[in-house]
Amino acid sequence: MQIVVNGEERTVAAMSVLAYITSLGIDPQRVAVELNLDILPKSDYATTELKDGDRLEIVHFVGGG
Amino acid sequence: MSNSSDKLIIAGREFTSRLMVGTGKYADFPQMVRAIEASGAEVVTVAVRRVNISDRSKESLLDHLDTKKYTLLPNTAGCYTAEDAIRTCRLAREAGLSDFVKLEVLGNEKTLFPDNEELLKAAKVLVAEGFTVLPYTSDDPIVCKKLEELGCAAVMPLGAPIGSGLGIRNPHNIRIILETVKVPVIVDAGVGTASDAAIAMELGCHGVLMNTGIAGAKDPIAMAEAMNLAVRAGRLAYLAGRIPKKLYATASSPGEGMIE
Repeated sequence: MQIVVNGEERTVAAMSVLAYITSLGIDPQRVAVELNLDILPKSDYATTELKDGDRLEIVHFVGGG
Repeated sequence: MSNSSDKLIIAGREFTSRLMVGTGKYADFPQMVRAIEASGAEVVTVAVRRVNISDRSKESLLDHLDTKKYTLLPNTAGCYTAEDAIRTCRLAREAGLSDFVKLEVLGNEKTLFPDNEELLKAAKVLVAEGFTVLPYTSDDPIVCKKLEELGCAAVMPLGAPIGSGLGIRNPHNIRIILETVKVPVIVDAGVGTASDAAIAMELGCHGVLMNTGIAGAKDPIAMAEAMNLAVRAGRLAYLAGRIPKKLYATASSPGEGMIE
């Protein structure tokens, strides 16, 4: 299925948000995730399955003023 | 220092240092860590950005920042609408550990001056959602008062445009803001060198926030220490109470007992 992650189109297999994040090599504790414009609480990563057309934003902290 | 009980209190949280520093623009993470250490800051600002999902090779900020030692203050830098700033704050709270946010909503790319209309809109929503909102704003006492009335935990008027190093351009407005609001006043942006930070503190500001002034210096670690000293010196001078300015001299030595 097709999803959009941080503005990029991606083809992914059916899996949970947690599995997808982990597959990208991202530490789930260090990021925040927005799913279709709503914050996805960390406790829901494992139980939320990706759906075709989902829009994910995965953000973290970077240097700033 | 004689006044070790002199704390900066924001929304019930106590801080010993009145200097807050940014984490941007450093040559590398080790330099950033050493500069923050030298600054003595306890609150450090960070930005919220997309993770690079294609290239995971780069180190992350939190590999270097001890979050037990420092309070992270996520910002909404780069946001030009209340909506974007609110989204960013929600993400920041989820990514971090606290409700503290540095709210900035910009109005113009060249000046990076705040769009206070959008700022007030965002502040209202965020306060209602339980955020501890520290808004970056103009040196405008009316806007600062409105931000306080909305429930912001502090106000952070700019000294001068972000990254300009122009210092405290309107100390008179800063003084009026100090007389207008009861929440802490933290000068955010514009500080170029140590005396600028000292001036802000001598006016009675409760703190100073800076990034470029330190990170952009030739020797950021030395400048961080200079800012640390300047903020402490300025605070002490404010508490000590300066002498009034007078046009003419007043002799320091006695006039009596002169030899003849």
